[in-house]
Amino acid sequence: MFEPVLLRNIDLPDGHLLSSYEAGGGYEALAKVLREHTPDEVVELVKQSNLRGRGGAGFPTGMKWSFVPKQSEKPKYLCCNADEGEPGTFKDRIIMERDPHQLIEGLAVSGYAIGAETAYVYVRGEYVTAIRRLEQAIAEARDAGYLGRRVLGSDLNFDVHIHCGAGAYICGEETAMLESLEGRRAQPRLKPPFPAVAGLYASPTVINNVETLACVPHIVARGASWFRGIGPDKSPGPKLYCVSGQVRRPGLYELPMGIALRELVEEHAGGPLPGRKVQAVIPGGVSAPVIPETGLEVGMDFDSLAAVGSMLGSAGVIVVDDTTCMVKVATRIVEFFHHESCGKCTPCREGLNWAVKVLRRIEAGQGTAGDLEQLEMLCKGIFGNTFCALGDGAAMGLRAALEHFRDEFVAHIEERRCPFH
Amino acid sequence: MTMREEIEAAAARYPSRRSAIMPALLIAQKEHGHLPGAVLEEVADILGVERIWVYELATFYTLFHTEPVGRFHLQLCDNVSCMLCGAEDLLRYLEAVLGTEKGETTPDGLFTLSTVECLGACEVAPVMQVGDDYHGNLDIARLEALLESLRAMAGQAVSAEPAPQPSAGE
Ligand SMILES: Cc1cc2nc3c(=O)[nH]c(=O)nc-3n(C[C@H](O)[C@H](O)[C@H](O)COP(=O)(O)O)c2cc1C
Ligand code: SF4
Ligand code: FES
Repeated sequence: MFEPVLLRNIDLPDGHLLSSYEAGGGYEALAKVLREHTPDEVVELVKQSNLRGRGGAGFPTGMKWSFVPKQSEKPKYLCCNADEGEPGTFKDRIIMERDPHQLIEGLAVSGYAIGAETAYVYVRGEYVTAIRRLEQAIAEARDAGYLGRRVLGSDLNFDVHIHCGAGAYICGEETAMLESLEGRRAQPRLKPPFPAVAGLYASPTVINNVETLACVPHIVARGASWFRGIGPDKSPGPKLYCVSGQVRRPGLYELPMGIALRELVEEHAGGPLPGRKVQAVIPGGVSAPVIPETGLEVGMDFDSLAAVGSMLGSAGVIVVDDTTCMVKVATRIVEFFHHESCGKCTPCREGLNWAVKVLRRIEAGQGTAGDLEQLEMLCKGIFGNTFCALGDGAAMGLRAALEHFRDEFVAHIEERRCPFH
Repeated sequence: MTMREEIEAAAARYPSRRSAIMPALLIAQKEHGHLPGAVLEEVADILGVERIWVYELATFYTLFHTEPVGRFHLQLCDNVSCMLCGAEDLLRYLEAVLGTEKGETTPDGLFTLSTVECLGACEVAPVMQVGDDYHGNLDIARLEALLESLRAMAGQAVSAEPAPQPSAGE
């Protein structure tokens, strides 16, 4: 059995309270870095651990931190991405609801490392319970001297504020999040400049996901080689997998990076519902290209999934069984991206609108011979030509569905109906 | 705290007043139920920011309502995981028992029915958010019970109005 690290407090009845967190050794990592390490040493430690961002892109966290200029006229900021809008993903919510101090400690250690005195946690507005728990935890941490002026008697001044989102998936894109924090409509910014140099209020800014930050105190406490020893060396660590859809035991699982998707779905999550078979799995939220049942041996880490044309993304694992129409699933996903397109660039805004129309027509049994070619052409027109990765994600996902489930698309067009209805 | 004080407390968290527009709109919406033009103007005045900045955000983000919503806002998730677990049947059921289509409010003003994108609780799909609360692992029977308890809550709220007290002279 893999000993849970990130989820070790999750089943405690009062896991969200400071007393529970401290009883399990909480805030000792913060005390340790303030006592024993310079900020540069913490950055180096995180680099050595090979921690990669859990928000979707898998960017090396230590490297991201090292891009922040050491000398800066302007204050530096740390932003925590807790927008968690990727369909199929619920890990950050569970951390914030049941173990918010783990995130706060991660923020404090990370803030110390990059030289930020202020952190904003951008939480999606729907997460009312998470927001309340986090507010309560921040207040407790301030009272106990883990946040505020002269943290634990050191020279560190560091405070955390919550910023509530208001329902827009695009706010999860880091530069759109910065726009939103500055009080503007959430539309992505042109890069460069990168946020590490000119981010929030044009100041050096690091943006990290909740789970990424939650890993940091454990790396401090147990060492970089402990972290690297879990899973593949280039993509290591304990990992949260969100399993949902048509599966016996949906839920949040903490297992090593790189675990086979088949083992995750069939053993840990109990496999398909009685009498059904797995048809396909989306491994990393709906932005991640779908994997047919025959591909389930793949390892759940950034590099292995990229090698088979998919991605780990947010590790939102959605299981689709053989009673479900894949055209319908693909349509629903493209509808989602179309709905959430911020409208800034034409290939995404118009291309997805067009793709939704064609897909709905096919699903309704009114598709025509050239429709699949048209969808392929649309994917080509969108991919690589959009301002942010939302458009790319939509195109990649649709292309994978067309490739792996072409027979189902063709059957809809030839039979002039959905074979599943 | 008054609305103005709450907004000022939120604004103190940012180096720029403009950043406080979103939190201010959330505070104002809690106070007023929705965000008509007059409230948007009040928010702009309290923060001392351009009105257009406030309008812009109130119309961009889906959690802000510039039109009134029902007493209970039923927000049914119909994204992939919930769809795979039967959200479509739940939507049909809700539309039938409420006699409204999605996006509409019942004539008594009690329920507004919406479908929403993933609520981030797919482990208990299908999920519906009502006000601040999530309701997961829904099926028709649970939905029936939920609607009943919401109706009872609304009824109670009405009867909780101070009952006429017998006057001393009687
Ligand atoms: C359309 C879109 C939506 C995203 N949504 C999220 C999200 O909800 N949460 C998140 O942490 N990252 C999200 N990301 C990734 C962020 O842009 C960013 O890479 C990440 O927060 C960086 O943190 P990390 O390095 O710790 O992963 C999204 C990216 C895109 C393009
Ligand atoms: S790709 Fe889509 S979401 Fe991204 S900037 Fe363009 S229109 Fe907006
Ligand atoms: S898909 Fe409904 S909560 Fe995620």
